[in-house]
Amino acid sequence: MMFLEAKQVVKKYANHLALDYVNMEVPENSIYGLLGPNGAGKTTLIRIINQITGPDSGEILLNGQALRADDVSRIGYLPEERGLYKKMKVGEQAIYLARMKGLTRNDAIKKLRYWFEKFEIQPWWDKKVEELSKGMQQKIQFVVTVLHNPKLLIFDEPFSGFDPINANLLKQEIIKLKEEGATILFSTHNMGSVEELCDHITLINKSKTILNGPIDTIRQSYKDNLVKLEFAGDSNLIRQQLSNDFQVENIEKTNGHHTAYVKMLNNASINQLLYSVIDDVKIYGLHEVLPTMNDIFIKVVEHSNQTGK
Amino acid sequence: MSKISLIIQREYSTRVKKKSFIVMTIIGPILFAAMMVLPGWFASMEDTEEKNIAVIDETGLYTNRINSTEFLKFSWLKTEDTEGLAENYREEGYHAYLVIEDNLLKRPDAVKIYSETQITIDVKDHISRSLERYLEKEKLGSYQIDGLDNIIKEINNVKIDLKTIKLAEDGSEKESSTELVMIAAIVFAMMIYMFVLVYGMQVMRGVMEEKVNRIVEVIVSSVKPFQLMMGKIIGIALVALTQFMLWIVLTIAIVGVLHTVFAADVTSSGKAEQMQVMAGMDMQEAGDSNQAAAFADGFNNILDQVMSLNLVGSLLLFIFYFLGGYLLYASLFAALGAALDNEADSQQFVMPVMMPLILSIYVAMAAFRNPAGDLAFWFSMIPFTSPVVMMARIPFEPPVWQMALSMTLLVATFVFTTWFAGRIYRTGILMYGKKVTYKELWKWFRYSGR
Repeated sequence: MMFLEAKQVVKKYANHLALDYVNMEVPENSIYGLLGPNGAGKTTLIRIINQITGPDSGEILLNGQALRADDVSRIGYLPEERGLYKKMKVGEQAIYLARMKGLTRNDAIKKLRYWFEKFEIQPWWDKKVEELSKGMQQKIQFVVTVLHNPKLLIFDEPFSGFDPINANLLKQEIIKLKEEGATILFSTHNMGSVEELCDHITLINKSKTILNGPIDTIRQSYKDNLVKLEFAGDSNLIRQQLSNDFQVENIEKTNGHHTAYVKMLNNASINQLLYSVIDDVKIYGLHEVLPTMNDIFIKVVEHSNQTGK
Repeated sequence: MSKISLIIQREYSTRVKKKSFIVMTIIGPILFAAMMVLPGWFASMEDTEEKNIAVIDETGLYTNRINSTEFLKFSWLKTEDTEGLAENYREEGYHAYLVIEDNLLKRPDAVKIYSETQITIDVKDHISRSLERYLEKEKLGSYQIDGLDNIIKEINNVKIDLKTIKLAEDGSEKESSTELVMIAAIVFAMMIYMFVLVYGMQVMRGVMEEKVNRIVEVIVSSVKPFQLMMGKIIGIALVALTQFMLWIVLTIAIVGVLHTVFAADVTSSGKAEQMQVMAGMDMQEAGDSNQAAAFADGFNNILDQVMSLNLVGSLLLFIFYFLGGYLLYASLFAALGAALDNEADSQQFVMPVMMPLILSIYVAMAAFRNPAGDLAFWFSMIPFTSPVVMMARIPFEPPVWQMALSMTLLVATFVFTTWFAGRIYRTGILMYGKKVTYKELWKWFRYSGR
């Protein structure tokens, strides 16, 4: 049984279809990427999971059960459009938002103290939000999102507004939250972080699911059977030695050695490639090149746009 | 604690702690008290500069008939001293000079006062009154009636004091004051108008702030948008009621203090100025309140009459109509705040909402004059204008069925507008950067009814 499931979810706005029978299955204790171009319907799906708006048809199951009103206290949501009351003090505001998620005042203070110490932001407690920089505000927002130990965390573009150091800190925290048992749904355009963090993804384009599954499987299935061979020696020899099953795409010369990208055809294996060249050159490295999520994203979305028309 | 009460609490405590709220709460009652006291005080500010006025009485009939006062000194010059006075009266220390050319009974305009500076109305009044009184006396004296002085005194004591007594249904009588009823009506109507407008706009700004700050999506992931909207509306309503109550308490306190201060003053020195202050305060004829006792009586009278207005009943009605009108308008303002991203855009949408409110204050003004007329009746039934117009009518005690009908319509309408606004609000708060039109609003209203 999946932790979070979207089944045949349809959402129609006045003059466009935001979600067209979308399905998604998020395993427990995973980091799940929800991807798609702008306007694909990601935010709408996230808002439906948060019960901010309801689907026209279809349903969302959490732990196998239809969403209930009190599930909001088990979800932590960091929206893409986020902000705080500017005139309110940081501590007071954090307590308020935590209590809205069902924590008692004392619990909220205790947990906030822990997080404020961890992020070394205790001095901000009595400051007004408007006195803080954007990055500082983002940190507080993150703390408030995770404070009530939600089982499901939803991050919409969590890294926007963070400098690289803080973005990295955030990444570590997200991984730690997963280790502590949370399930994380994660929407972003930053494909690098998707590769780094996500176990599974769903790709939505124009209101429809066009791709989903474990990220490794997806990358495997989109691979071009390309290998990267690093060697020293005569690069022409390589071209000569390889049979018709191998096609040399490109050879680059760098710092005294070569890097060749070789495409394997007709189910040829890496072993065969190695066998063909091992006597002629000195090999430094050889590995399979998997497509980046960025490439897959562009490829799949463009393909879907063409066939969609 | 339930979430909506958390929201109410936040809205309430952040607003009540604001400096602007505290300042308004203190300034309000001071302004009210000042509005009551200042006109009288200004009137009592007398010219305290000493002025000498030379009098050239060519007839010799009126010597010393104008009394000098504390600040006005009259010098009766002998005819031989008047040479060149017109040129150098200032050098001789006179403020002005008065010339009486002829018998004033024959030629009433035979008296003139010359001065380079404008003669104040007080000076002019003093001179003409003194001369008139003397002439009256002369004329009466010419009839040669015995005991004339006593007769005049008696005549002066004849006076009518028309009291308006209102008959209650059980036949008991109650003294009422028409002026006071009018004032109460004006105050009620203005207060409702002001409170609905000021606090309705606060709702709009609050909603807009949440939307512009982008905090709204965080919050609606914890509570339903409708709860957020109602929490805000109720929280701000409580702020308004708090301010209102504080105003009442503080105004009573200030009036109470003034009462004791004035009463003490009056018994000790009986200053005429203070009495005029009171005359201004009750906006009644100052009359012959030149006596300290009369003043104290007057004050107690006013208090009695204020009590006779059925303050508690009026207060409850005020709170009802305030809440009704506020809920009606605040929900519309909330919907507008949700639809709009910035205040600059808001004008064209805010005006139509405010129109009926502004209209109602004009109708209320007419209702003071004719509280049972058609205009007052219809506008006190229409829920968009009834809070202000009905409050203007209440001191005149409109029929119970009219009040009941007006209240029912108001409740029904605010339930409707709240529902209507909730649907627009729900969609609006999550819409960014969209150009808002009435058509767009209608679309939001329709589709959020899934």
